[in-house]
Amino acid sequence: MTNTGTGNTGTSRERTLFGQYGGQYVPETLMAALSELEDAYLHASNDPAFCAELDLYLQEFAGRKTPLTYCPRVSADLGCRVYLKREDLLHSGAHKINNALGQALLARYMGKKRLIAETGAGQHGVATAIVGAALNLSVDVFMGETDCVRQALNVARMKMLGARVIPVSCGTKTLKDATNEALRNWVATVGHTHYLIGSVVGPYPFPRIVRDFQSVIGKETREQILQKEGRLPDCIIACVGGGSNAIGIFYPFLHDDVALWGVEAGGEGLSARHGATLCKGTPGILHGAFSYLLSDNYGQVTESHSISAGLDYPGVGPEHAMLKDAGRVRYEAVTDTEALDAFLYLSRMEGIVPALESSHAIAYARKLGPELPENHIMIINLSGRGDKDVGTVMQIMGDRL
Amino acid sequence: MTEQNAGEKKTSSGKIAAAFEKGKKEGRPLFIGFTVAGDPDYDTSRRIARAMIEAGTDILELGVPFSDPVADGPTIQLADGRAIRSGMNTDRLFSLVTDIVRESDVPLVLLVYANMVYRRGIDRFYREAAAAGVNGILVADVPVEEAAEYIAAADAHGIDPIMMVTPTTSPDRIQKIVSYARGFIYLVTVCGVTGARDIVAPESIALLKTVRNHTNLPLAPGFGISTRMQADAYYSAGADGVIVGSAIVQKVEENIGDADAICSAVTAYIAGMKRK
Ligand SMILES: Cc1ncc(COP(=O)(O)O)c(C=O)c1O
Repeated sequence: MTNTGTGNTGTSRERTLFGQYGGQYVPETLMAALSELEDAYLHASNDPAFCAELDLYLQEFAGRKTPLTYCPRVSADLGCRVYLKREDLLHSGAHKINNALGQALLARYMGKKRLIAETGAGQHGVATAIVGAALNLSVDVFMGETDCVRQALNVARMKMLGARVIPVSCGTKTLKDATNEALRNWVATVGHTHYLIGSVVGPYPFPRIVRDFQSVIGKETREQILQKEGRLPDCIIACVGGGSNAIGIFYPFLHDDVALWGVEAGGEGLSARHGATLCKGTPGILHGAFSYLLSDNYGQVTESHSISAGLDYPGVGPEHAMLKDAGRVRYEAVTDTEALDAFLYLSRMEGIVPALESSHAIAYARKLGPELPENHIMIINLSGRGDKDVGTVMQIMGDRL
Repeated sequence: MTEQNAGEKKTSSGKIAAAFEKGKKEGRPLFIGFTVAGDPDYDTSRRIARAMIEAGTDILELGVPFSDPVADGPTIQLADGRAIRSGMNTDRLFSLVTDIVRESDVPLVLLVYANMVYRRGIDRFYREAAAAGVNGILVADVPVEEAAEYIAAADAHGIDPIMMVTPTTSPDRIQKIVSYARGFIYLVTVCGVTGARDIVAPESIALLKTVRNHTNLPLAPGFGISTRMQADAYYSAGADGVIVGSAIVQKVEENIGDADAICSAVTAYIAGMKRK
């Protein structure tokens, strides 16, 4: 969990930045909590007992390490060598559990008894409910009313796991407002509560902590591909909502000659409603960080749209903003329709049902693949499984399924 | 931000300082009233501001409505929504300020979120605010660590950077904050968001006394103050003024659709808060 990358060194304000992005744009009330969290994280991440316990939970509880699966039929179809990093096989069904376990153990390390979380698709809420139950911490999950309806199955899962789900009715009633409400609740309960943020967003140190906990994806991928192919991949593709699964798989490859692609929610198209923050947004400040943002000319944050609740967010992690400006990662968008096609494509070609979020990465792989040489090694981060999306897909496809 | 410019801070526009001095001379603390700019619409908002000033508001605080006001509770969130829907934006904000200032010489403070300032251009926002007649600006989600550019712009345009101290602020941070702030210190009395409450937490009285040991700047508690009894408790603990927001905004909500009723409810409420 050591930090070898950009930024985050020293004691000055620079440590909170990723290039020019990041920082701590929060009300004064939260500054003490952020500094407590930063100290605790520095201690914990250098404490062998903490790291060993996290590793144990990741293996025995969450099911790491996840396979790197070669896809013969997709490879033949796209004309290059395609592997999937199988975060869909984790307990809870998505990569979110990597971060939830890390932060819940950190909360316990700090002596906090209560977790709060925001959730969009419900995956992060479910992951938090799971770790809360396992570690005997009480859990309150904030979820937009609109998302509660479109991800009803996950609301039920969270409740079964003993979490309280608090529907958020303000603003756009989606992930953005659930995050506002979680921040407000944290301001009022900061003494005994840890805010277990679900992606590489929010004020420093969250983007760094979540990135470090998710980097296990990339570390394993690196070992596995070296073992299977004897060399590094040529490209890696991941979907980007807040950006945690993407940074998790990218991070250990940032200094290698590996092409990195982040795929955002193109929604109904980039000139219509979408969630493609890096492709179409501008720099601005939301949820504690300076990063790219979808907002109007006056600074009001605009509503995003995606078929997948997990990508339906008008912000993005500050490290991605830096990587975009540096040209190190290229960010593209695919539409709802392309993602839906990719959902069925992977299901039928390989017998693996991807989350609608991850389907965005698959969809971009289908565009990229045909242009690549045959021996090109492509890795797609399959961030989650599609069980939670069966209802959404049935509703759209109906009899055409 | 260097330690240097802490020492040689520029003097404020002076209007806020003068208001506190006048209060001190007359032996009365100030009443600082908050309303959301453009709530529920431009014309009513302008009338509310005038009613607040006529009822004896000593410093007028205008909230700049934002889509994601994380420091605010439900009352002000709803007001922000009403204002945005009625077409409030940064251009109209400054014209509202100009209209208000033309009719009174009460100091005017903006309470705003960082993205609204950043998107306008930090320097441009402060310049336009100063030209319109704003005397102080508090950016709710810009703590002292992020404040350098904002304070520089405030300095350049003669605006007081107002800053918050909260019950969780460490003594080191208090020292740093008071060295950059001007006008007055906004004492956040609760760990929480804005919203009318009727308690005086003992730790907020303790905070007032702690901060007093760090600075001679006027101290004004806010967040959750709605009753005369709370105001008196802070006054007798040595506050130079109190800030009342949600309780006023509630009068708008309760009388929505009837501008006359809003204004008379606001007037009656402030009169009650100011009664000797
Ligand atoms: C399966 C899956 N993938 C991706 C995401 C997007 O989040 P991030 O960009 O942080 O990985 C989510 C969010 O809920 C998700 O559930």
